[in-house]
Amino acid sequence: MRTTHCWICIAATVFICCVLSLSAAAQVDEPHSDTLIVDSTTIIVEPPPAPISNLQVVDLPNDHGHAFHLTWNISADDLGGRNNVLQYRILRTPGWAGPLTEPQGDGPQWRNEQGTWWHLVEGVWDTIASIPAGTAEYFNRGGKAREGNDYSPDDVGFSFKILSVGTGGAVSESAIFGPVESSGQWYHTGKTWVVLAVLIFGGLMLTMVRLARGGRELYIRPLAGINAVDEAIGRATEMGRPILYVLGLGAPDEIATIASFTILSRVAKKVAEYQTELIVPCYDSIVMTIAQETVKQAYIDAGRVDDYNEDMVYFVTQNQFAYVAAVNGVMLRRQTATNFYLGVFYAESLILAETGSLAGSIQISGTDRVTQLPFFVVACDYTLIGEELYAASAYLGREPILLGTLKAQDYAKALLLVAMVIGVIAGILNLGWLTDYFALNI
Amino acid sequence: MDFATAIATTVAAVLTLCIFSFLYKDNPFYKFTEHLVVGVSAGYWVSILYVNVAIPNIWQKLLAGKWWYLIPAFLGVLMWTRIVKRWAWISRYPLAFYLGIATGVAIPLEMQTKVLEQIFGTVQSFVALHNSQTDFWAGINTVVVVIGIITSLVYFFFSKEHKGATGGIAKVGIWTLMIGFGASFGYTVMARISLLIERVQFLIDDWLLKLFS
Repeated sequence: MRTTHCWICIAATVFICCVLSLSAAAQVDEPHSDTLIVDSTTIIVEPPPAPISNLQVVDLPNDHGHAFHLTWNISADDLGGRNNVLQYRILRTPGWAGPLTEPQGDGPQWRNEQGTWWHLVEGVWDTIASIPAGTAEYFNRGGKAREGNDYSPDDVGFSFKILSVGTGGAVSESAIFGPVESSGQWYHTGKTWVVLAVLIFGGLMLTMVRLARGGRELYIRPLAGINAVDEAIGRATEMGRPILYVLGLGAPDEIATIASFTILSRVAKKVAEYQTELIVPCYDSIVMTIAQETVKQAYIDAGRVDDYNEDMVYFVTQNQFAYVAAVNGVMLRRQTATNFYLGVFYAESLILAETGSLAGSIQISGTDRVTQLPFFVVACDYTLIGEELYAASAYLGREPILLGTLKAQDYAKALLLVAMVIGVIAGILNLGWLTDYFALNI
Repeated sequence: MDFATAIATTVAAVLTLCIFSFLYKDNPFYKFTEHLVVGVSAGYWVSILYVNVAIPNIWQKLLAGKWWYLIPAFLGVLMWTRIVKRWAWISRYPLAFYLGIATGVAIPLEMQTKVLEQIFGTVQSFVALHNSQTDFWAGINTVVVVIGIITSLVYFFFSKEHKGATGGIAKVGIWTLMIGFGASFGYTVMARISLLIERVQFLIDDWLLKLFS
């Protein structure tokens, strides 16, 4: 009996030892175990979330290069499972992923980090972004300037991996994807509609210009504001007072400013013929230069080059309200009979138009700035609304190029109108195969 | 308020009042302030352009060995040939260069943002109507927008006189535009009034009350 008890005790001891040994072995094999026992106190250690899967990295298409597009399937523990994903950390390394290596001399890939030149070291993983859980896409857009901190070279292979960071700080790694090279593209496939539209419009324009040059009569309906131009210049001549022409605050490359130059040419020619005084205060120095050329050419065309005075077109200042103060002063002191406000205008539109109205001038305005048009409509005698300003330059100039362009615009508008009606009908009928064409993939 | 601040605030307040005096009529105070602000702003902009444009875009680029920045710098210098009448024609070359590039950049950009994206957006708003979350009034709004666009576009047809059916549609178009202008006018006037209130607050709170308290 005693012997039996003794054997039972030995067997029990061996069993307990085996269990404890296996348990200890299990602790060693599973570093991310759920529990850890320290001095009889149980600390809950949260396990890492499941890694993301199916990481795919491609060169971002339709760009100037230096960018990648990453997609993946989110972790099984993100919005499901243990639901313990805090964020995803995206890591990148140049070349094949491998062990940490020492820099190997001067490489072709460089980056600037805090003002110091470094070359990218293969195998060193940079954290390029930390993004919130639930995200399955990331655009890694680097800079293209070699001296920039965010420089990302083209034609260099990069490998990527993503760490799923758990709420307790534990992480799990995805498989490595790469290497992938970024490069720029010459053609943006998402802008094919833009190319087609420009080509169609260009074709229409060339056709119409050719027709106009060939002597074809192109009808343009009369515009009230434009018919008033001659009348306004005549009024100023009769009153013996000057004409004020304001080109606005736009740069010379803005379409409204370009249209205004054409109208200025016509006004200056009439002014030269009638021998009236013209005042053109300018906000932009380049605009002033072009305006001087325009007015001078108009005086030459009118055969009155001797009457041209360079001071009639002058620069004021490039400060908006200082410019307005100066122009207001001109209106009141010189008692201008006619004021033209044609071009790009901002907050100064009402101040100018109101002062001109107080001074009793006849006022003709025009702009393509929708927010400023109400003020001109309220305070001026005639207003050219938006595209009427462009049309006015063609109407006045009567040049084949301008007339042809205006006609082409009309046809282009008709085409767009038809396209829009088709699109709207397709939208109402929910014809997805058709409405899908009405989108730019940018 | 210390003495220096009091002087600066008083100068600002007096200049504000000088500008406001224009509401009565043109007068020497307004003229003085007008010339002062024009002169100061012109000088200020010269320094701003020198520091923010010439230094970083020419000087610093050349120091960094980017010699090709000499080309735009040279084109800029050509603009100064206008000073000499005999050579003034040379300045047309940089102007032509500038306008050519600017127009080339502007055309596709305008076509994309102001034409195609607007039309496609209009069509897509009808596609969105099929979404169950879109309510009845959003549908009405979309229809009104389309009618406004079509009639306004007809108003801007220059090849056909506004008579008959075209005239009727164009009239709806101009009404649409005027309704839009009215809303914009009211909105902006409110913004301007807030600017006036800010100036009056400056005169009363920052100047009068602080100066005499």
